[in-house]
Parts: sequence; structure tokens; C-alpha cells
Amino acid sequence: MSDLPPPLACWFASRGWALRGAQRGMLAASAAGEHALLVAPTGSGKTLAGFLPTLAELIDHPTVGLHTLYVSPLKALAADVARNLITPIAEMGLNIRVETRTGDTSSEHKKRQRYDPPQILLTTPESLSLLLSYPDAAAMLAGVRTVIVDEIHAFATTKRGDLLSLALARMQTLAPAMRRVGLSATIADPEAYQGWLAPDADASAVRLVRGEAGAQAQVQILLPEDRVPWAGHTGRYAAKQVYQLIAAHRLTIVFVNTRAQAEMTFRDLWNENEASLPIGIHHGSLAPEARHKVEAAMAEGRLRAIVATASLDLGIDWGDVDLVVQMGAPKGASRLLQRVGRANHRLDEPSQAVIVPGNRFEYLEALAARDAVAAGELDSDDFRPGGLDVLAQHLMGLACAAPFDADAVYAEVRGAAPYAGLPRAEFDRVLGFIGDGGYSLRAYDRFRRLVRDENGYRLSHPRLAAAHRLNAGTIVESPTLAIRFGRRGRALGRIEEWFGAQLRVGDSFLFAGQTLEVIGFDESDIIVTTGRGNPRVPSYAGGKLPLTTNLATRVRGLLNTPERWTEMPADVREWLDYQRQRSVLPGIDDLLIETFPEAGREFMVAYGFEGRNAHQTLGMLLTQRMEVAGLQPLGFVANDYMVAVWSLARVTDPAPLFSPEVLEDELAVWMANSPFLRRAFREVAVIAGLIERTQPGRPRTGKSVTFSADLIYDVLQRHEPDHLLLTAAWADARAKLTDIARLVALLERAQAKLVLRQLDRVSPLSIPVLLELGREAVYGSADEALLLEADALAAVAMS
Amino acid sequence: MPDVSLSFAGATLRPHPSGALHWPEHDALLVADLHLEKASFFATHGRMLPPYDSHDTLAALIDAVEATGARRVFALGDSFHDGAGVARLPANARTALAALTRDLDWCWITGNHDGSAAAAIGGRVAGELELGGVWLRHEAEPHDAAPEISGHFHPKVSVTVRGRRIVRRCFALTPSKLVLPAFGALTGGLDIGDAAMARVLGRPLTALVATPERLLRFPVAG
Repeated sequence: MSDLPPPLACWFASRGWALRGAQRGMLAASAAGEHALLVAPTGSGKTLAGFLPTLAELIDHPTVGLHTLYVSPLKALAADVARNLITPIAEMGLNIRVETRTGDTSSEHKKRQRYDPPQILLTTPESLSLLLSYPDAAAMLAGVRTVIVDEIHAFATTKRGDLLSLALARMQTLAPAMRRVGLSATIADPEAYQGWLAPDADASAVRLVRGEAGAQAQVQILLPEDRVPWAGHTGRYAAKQVYQLIAAHRLTIVFVNTRAQAEMTFRDLWNENEASLPIGIHHGSLAPEARHKVEAAMAEGRLRAIVATASLDLGIDWGDVDLVVQMGAPKGASRLLQRVGRANHRLDEPSQAVIVPGNRFEYLEALAARDAVAAGELDSDDFRPGGLDVLAQHLMGLACAAPFDADAVYAEVRGAAPYAGLPRAEFDRVLGFIGDGGYSLRAYDRFRRLVRDENGYRLSHPRLAAAHRLNAGTIVESPTLAIRFGRRGRALGRIEEWFGAQLRVGDSFLFAGQTLEVIGFDESDIIVTTGRGNPRVPSYAGGKLPLTTNLATRVRGLLNTPERWTEMPADVREWLDYQRQRSVLPGIDDLLIETFPEAGREFMVAYGFEGRNAHQTLGMLLTQRMEVAGLQPLGFVANDYMVAVWSLARVTDPAPLFSPEVLEDELAVWMANSPFLRRAFREVAVIAGLIERTQPGRPRTGKSVTFSADLIYDVLQRHEPDHLLLTAAWADARAKLTDIARLVALLERAQAKLVLRQLDRVSPLSIPVLLELGREAVYGSADEALLLEADALAAVAMS
Repeated sequence: MPDVSLSFAGATLRPHPSGALHWPEHDALLVADLHLEKASFFATHGRMLPPYDSHDTLAALIDAVEATGARRVFALGDSFHDGAGVARLPANARTALAALTRDLDWCWITGNHDGSAAAAIGGRVAGELELGGVWLRHEAEPHDAAPEISGHFHPKVSVTVRGRRIVRRCFALTPSKLVLPAFGALTGGLDIGDAAMARVLGRPLTALVATPERLLRFPVAG
């Protein structure tokens, strides 16, 4: 215990604890004045290890003023960490102040924190970024010794990560001696994260500290009593079996992949709930009060199970969970491991988890995920260049705080890893955008937001700072409507506006685990009461993550290793056997294409294994090329494994359809008209500050934002196709919505090794995707044609 | 030419895909809510929207005049986004608009955003007026049973077909009231099913979407 000052050593001793290796490692990094990244599994005392050096320093050298700033991806996690710090600090009788600063903190309190900061401040990337936009932030942050970034894996590769990275660069300028500390769950490539965390992206400047490995997780795959279904992604068929598992355990988290699935699974479980076990539901659209209530019930041990989405993926130790159930395929090994880690927050006992595959392909995926977890092989993350929209927001924030010198700020920005490669011309373009919109028609000179004088760039008017702060942040929600129980009743949560717009008085829908009936509308609220009958289920845009490359490779491996088939249930084995006889199984590194007639149409199925997004893009590309080739395509449907296209004419020579040549040109044409680019544009326009963010509760702003973003997009496409925000939207759409990189990989495989099977009927392996036909929106037909069709269907319109 | 006409209060009207309304009998083109210089209005408040909206709106208006051959234009209010918009109008747009008001019989009906500011460019101004037994005004009068054509609400309709939601500007039609969609390039809209519109227009209410081939009709429930 010689590393620890006496109060800490006594406190450790009083609990019968000894310093763990990781804690020792973090103290050593601090003593050497080095940045550090701690990689350790959940439940290993990671957070305490991160704070130990701070506590030790504050005991040895008490100081006033901000010493350590902690950044967490979740408000709730910051609050949880505050509680976990305040207790030991009180027990040790230390004079150390710990406070949180998040969206929940009053503006009064935030103001006081700026001139009288605590020694330890816990915050989120958004709140930190806002803090930096105040003139007095420089004085407050000048003495900061340590910044701790928790759950770094959860956001380093996102726009929130871009924003945080820029904030760290600014803090480093204000406090040059500041040490950076990252805390992460187990990750595939620590060096990439060391680089992300380091000043100037220099990974070698960050000491890597590894926690002890936990006990191996025990993952099982649940098999249905009869057959593994052909189609579906939810595992709903297994409700009874899942209920029996819940009854046999102390506390179970049932993870699902989407909010709609959470509602359905919750209802299914209650239908089975003969013993009236307390089962709760938790997802991101529930009102904060509803979420806090169920979180508290869980922490106090009053629940037996909770159905949750990714909203429970992170950090907080909600209680004594002894089983995790994953409904539907996990889509990635890292995600599965993270979720499994929610069970049993103790290192010495294995976590117990059960996967419920939705269909036969998902069974293979579940098996692959189990193998990957057993092999400790995780998915690597995709680090992208930082968003220009985020940079615009950051620079505007800096201008709100004080005038700045463009050369100095450019150098500072390049010190943030996501912007290490940012050319000066791009930086200047962003400055131009902030100044007057960056249009080639210089119409707004007299309305400039940034003006240049002897001190550098400064805001032209102080009221711009207030507008900036209202609009800051990188999370752009879809426009939503509040659901209120009775006209003056409590808010239950929010549903997306497009779903709400279809509801009429008397309609019922499933939300927060209840069937609700619409009794009226009030500005942007939907007024409901308890309903009955057959409710609709609100769905939410996004939510579905594509299958990772790592798992896709493992699924291909399983298909090509018949020895492993003996582990599989008989119906899955039989399915693969039939495929082998009737057609062929996809190889390790080829592209299998099957053609066959079915129901009067010609089908072509390509087994790409590149995930839903890339396959959807491929579907658009194929139908477009088939149109040109006169093959009369009618539509397509895609899932994580394959894409199926149907047409009037049969495809006999698919190779040219899969050519990577002129891909860029074709993409540019249809992307410009696709909903993907529009959606991406709306997000970047809000983040960059061109249009105002939807403020929940303010009537109708949601509608006006959606609509004007679309109209602005149209105007820009016509007049300034090279505008900064269109560039930024392109980058986003390519990376996130269409997965162009994986599409290119697929097309290259098609060039190297295309296997064509011309069949006389449907192949066994294609059945899962064909069954999705009619459930999914069919892309590819023009809006005009659809409108005419709707008109023909007479009264279809508004009901 | 395909038939896209509509019978309203004994008159034959032709909704144009641009959102304008052609009234052949009077040689008239009706447009509502041009909201010229909306982008620059936002720019004065720090939101640098693309400065091309007046250009696009006027180009679409000129196209509609040429396509219909109309000799008279009635702009049903909110022609400028704000009273000061006239002063911000770029020189080329101002020249184009002045030429239009000089060459055509042009009437500005005053709206709630712009008042009579547009008269500085040319054309005459009216609060409301009667044409062929139909009142033309900016905002519908809920208690007036006489036939009227107005703007103000920016109606749009959303239709969900095969899993896809399509939103379009539309004309809102009741037996005695016709509301034009907003014509401006940057003008948003209000869902035709919204209670605010229902209070003023009443029922039965139909959304009309003009396409080059046909006039689509979507009855509004409730």
C-alpha cells in the first residue's frame, strides 16, 4: 500500500481490499506524468482506478480550483459516479468537492461552478463543449491537472467523439500540463484508442494499462421447442421459454435491438406472466421520469426482469443481474460482450447469457457470436475523419468565448486526432461557412456572424452566442410528439412525428408497455387513455445496426465447416444440406449469385455478407443498372446477408451488373435523390448551426425543421452542389447509411470470384430474405408512381 | 392536354403542379405565400440560409405564367417574408419582378407577414377582392359562407404508400373554400389534417395534389 497516502490506504484496508494491478498501473502513469488508457472488463473497478491518482494527489497536495474533469457519455452515469465518489470521500473525511454538470444542472448552479468550481467536476461531452463557449471558462480550466474520459469505446468513433476530441484540444491549450486518461471496456484495437486520446494523435504518448481478464462468459443459444423459424428478427416465438428463464433467475435483463421490439417483447412476456412477476421496460423514448422509476426499482431489487434496448448498454451497475437474454441476433461480438457484461458485476464469476436467434441465419450468427466471444475476438472500430459540421459548431463555440486567431486555432484543431489530416483549405471553408454561410453568391456580407479585427475573429453580435448555446450538441433526434396521459396528465414519452401523424382519434398503439388509445391532439402532444384491442406498434428510424465484418466472416466459416453442423439443431442442418444439394453454399471469399423464377417473376439473389446498409445500397445500384440494361427490375429487398432483386426479364450475365466501374458516378446520381442524403443533410445542418434544433415541447418546430431542411437541401443542390454542408452530408451518408466501403469490397469480390447458379426454383438459403418481402418498404419505385397508385386505391389516403 | 381541372363555386379552375391556380375564364393566375427573401430574413438573425429562394420562387412563377398564358396575377398575401424584405431583394430579382408587375395586370393582396410593402415594386394592392363571384383573400374567413380562395395555411398532405411516406404541398378544398399551397421555394407546410386548419375550413375536406397528368384527390378523414 506504499503507493497510497494514509487515508486512502486505511480506507482500502478497512474494506479488506488490496490494490489491483490496473489501479497500480494508473497510479504509476500518473506519477510519471503520462497520459493513460485503461482497458478492463466491466466490474473490475475501472472508475475507481481512474480516480485514484486524483484522490491521492488531492490528499497529498490539497488545492482549490478544478483539478479533475470527468467526461461520461451518459448524464445518468455521471450522476452514478458522483454518488460512488462522494461516499468514500465522506468516509475518509476528505475535504474534496465533487459536482456534476450536465443538462440536468440548473443554470444558476452552472454559473456558480464557473467562478467557484469544485475540485472534481463530472460532465458530458455536450456540457463540456458548452462550458468552453463561455468567456470565463479559460480561467476555470487553466489549472486542470487531469481529464478522465469514461466509456471511451462508446463514443470515440462518433460525432460526439469528434466534439469531445476538439474540446480536449482546446483544454490542452488552456491547461498545457493536463493529463488525459481514458477508461474503456475490452476493445479489439487499443492502439487506435490510444491515438484518439493522445494530443496530436501520438499513440505512444499514452500508457496502456490493462485490467485483469474476467471469468469467461457462458453464452448459450436458446432453441425453440419446435423449429427454428424461417424469418423474423425478434425471437418472439420464444416468449414462453424466456419467461421460464426469468422465473428461474434472480434478475434478468432482456436486451432487444429496437424500441418497437422492446414494446412487443414486453407485451409477450406479460402475456406469459402467470405468476405476475415484476417485469419492467426501458428504452430511449420513454419519459425520463418513467426511466428513472424503473432504474430505481431495478437497483432496489424490486424487479425480476427488464426489457431494454441499448439504453441500458452502458456503465451503470443497476443491481444484481444474474442473466442476460439477447432477443434476435446480436449483430456484433463486441456488442454481445458488452451486454453480457451487464450480468454479474463480479470478476470471479462467469456472466450467464442466452441468445434467442430470430431465424435460421440468425442462428448461425448467434453461433458465430458465441465463438467470437469465446475466442476473445472483438469487432474493430471504424475511425473516420472528423465531421466538418462538428468542427463548425466547435469553432462557433470558441468565437462565443473569445476572439481567436485562425492560425493558432487551426494548429490546435489539428491536434485533435479526428482532424489530424484536416487541410487548411477545409478549415478556412468552415470559417467561411460560420461567417456568412459560405455561399459563392456573397449576399450576406452585412449580416456576417464572424468579423475580423486586430484580435482575430470575433462574433458580430453577442446574441449569436445565446442562439449557439441553445443549438449545441451532436445528437439530432427525429422530430417527435409527446404522449400525454389525459390533457393535463403526465408525459409518458415521445414517438416519432411520422408515426404520430398517421394516428387518428380512436386508434390504439403500444407504448411504455401499455395499450394506449388516442383521445385527442393538443399542439404537439398526443393525448391518450388506457386502450384495448389490437394496437399498432410505433417504429423508430434507425436503430438497426448492420452485421459486423468479423461476424460475417465467422458465419461464412461455419457454412464451410460441415463438421460444426453437428452442433446445430436438425432443421438448421437439414436446411444447409438442401442448399448444398440444390445449389451451393457461399464460399469463404466469393460472391454467390443465384437466379430463379418464382411467382411469375425472375429473381436474382446475391449473398454479399456485408450487412443491411451495404446490401440496400447494392439493391439500388442493381435495379438502376438493370433498368438501363432493359431487364425491367421491379424491386428489391435486403437483409444482413443478401439482397434479392426481382424483374420481368431474367438476368443471365450478372458480372457487368456488379462491376465496380463508374460506381462513383452512379452513386452520385441516385444519392442526390435518395432519402439517405436528405436525412444526413438534416443532421449536419442542425449540428453546423444552419437550422435550429427541435426543442421538445415547443409546438411544431419539429415539422418546420424537417420541412425546411428538405427545402434548403433542394435549393443547395440546385445552386451550390459543392457547399460545405453537402460535402459533410455526403461523408456521413457514405459512412453510416450506405456503407460504401463494404459495398466496394463486395463488388471487388464479385470481380475476383463470382459463382453463378441458375436454378429452376427458389433456393433454400434465399427463403429468409424472400419472406421479408412485403414486410419491408420496397425501394426503387418513384414517388410519383406511388402517389398515382395511392390515388387509384381511392380512400387509402388518410386512414 | 390532360384534364386537370376542378369545378369550384361554378368556376372551372386548373391547379398547376407548381402550386399556382389557373382560372382560364378570367385569364388569371393565383399564387399564395411567395415569402420572398425568407432566407435573408433568417440571415439577419444569424441563420445563413442559402440566398437563392427569391430567384427560385420568381423563376417558378415566370414558368407558371408562361405555361398558362395568364395575363393577370393575384398574389394572395405573404408575398414577402417580412415588411423589410422588399428592401433586401437582390437587384436582378427586383428587375424581374418590376417587369412582371408592369407587363401583367398584377394585384398584391395583403398578408399578415408583409402588409402592403410589395406595392413599392409595382402593381396594385388590395386587402381582399371579388373575382367572378369568389372572394380572394389571404386568410380564410371561418364564418363567411360565400365562396373564397385564400392562402396562409401552407397546406401539405402526407400519404403512406407501401411503407413509404410521401409529403407534398397540396390545395385544400371544401365546398365553399379553396386554400392554395405556399408557392415560395423555402416555405414549409402544415399538415392538412391539423386541427388549426380544421377549425377554419370545416369538413368535408379534400387534399388536391396537381401532377402534370392528373389531379389527385385525397379525402381527409375526421
